[in-house]
Amino acid sequence: MSQHAVAPVAGAELPTIPLRELAPWALFFGLLGLLALFFISADQGAISIPSGTLIHEWVHDGRHLLGYPCH
Amino acid sequence: MSPRAFLVRGLLAGLLAGVVTFLVAYSVGEPQVGAAIALEEAGGDGHSHSHAAEGAGGAEGEEETAEVSRTNQSTWGLLTGTLAIGVALGGILGLVAAATLGRLGRLTPGQSTALVTLIGFVAVALVPFLKYPATPPAVGSGDTIGTRTAVYFAFQALSVVAAVVTTYAAVRLRGRFGTYLAVVGGVAAYLVVMVVAGELFTTVNEVGDFPADTLWFFRRASLITLATMWGVLGVALTGLVIRLYAAERAVAERKALAASL
Repeated sequence: MSQHAVAPVAGAELPTIPLRELAPWALFFGLLGLLALFFISADQGAISIPSGTLIHEWVHDGRHLLGYPCH
Repeated sequence: MSPRAFLVRGLLAGLLAGVVTFLVAYSVGEPQVGAAIALEEAGGDGHSHSHAAEGAGGAEGEEETAEVSRTNQSTWGLLTGTLAIGVALGGILGLVAAATLGRLGRLTPGQSTALVTLIGFVAVALVPFLKYPATPPAVGSGDTIGTRTAVYFAFQALSVVAAVVTTYAAVRLRGRFGTYLAVVGGVAAYLVVMVVAGELFTTVNEVGDFPADTLWFFRRASLITLATMWGVLGVALTGLVIRLYAAERAVAERKALAASL
């Protein structure tokens, strides 16, 4: 590749992502991510959906070691 | 630099963080979980539900009453937990990195991503841990799980909100007061809010006569686990963002060169 002495204008300016473009991603994945966090960290402890203890028992060690309240 | 590119990189970093965290949690944390459960069974008075050490393994496919064997809990169960938390945190972190891109003073994409991860570790993991530290299996009454869950997540949510607001304020005030004062002021404001909240929030102490050394070893292992999760997330995502930015700049330079010919 040839060495271009002058840095292009684009390099001088930091890129940004318009928040409007980001919003749908943040909304959709944010909810999905929080849902996943809920099932691993808190489900079948204080709140149970579905009822029972299988999820709680299955992720039991992760819950303790990642610092979440567990029984 | 698109939201999708950041999300994908966040998820990838989260996957890696989940795997590494599992390895660390299994080798550093599981011995302490095992020690606590041994104490619990020797003492006899723990919380109500059993850890299935006495239950036969391989029964977990059946019904709600089915218990998960200790072997499964400490391997596949633990892996499920670290992977899911890693991927979820990674995806969210990727999108936060995308949102703060080019908006944290003059920090480059790699620098702002690293800073966001550091703030995330402090606000999401470290500060909540200091107020409500992780407890090993034998500590903690089943009767108070509702309260403990509520205060833990309330404190964590407050910490995240305080971190976002003070970071935003620091960025906005940077123009008037300079970077030094804005950063010191932002960090101080966050600390004041969290120390006051820490004093006001209820204390949870259900340790009883649980041995202090086992408790400390478990909490230290838990902190190492959390630090691994966030550390790998930050290193991996920052590396991926730096590469993404370099690739985009190379394309932009080539376009500029082609246009100038």
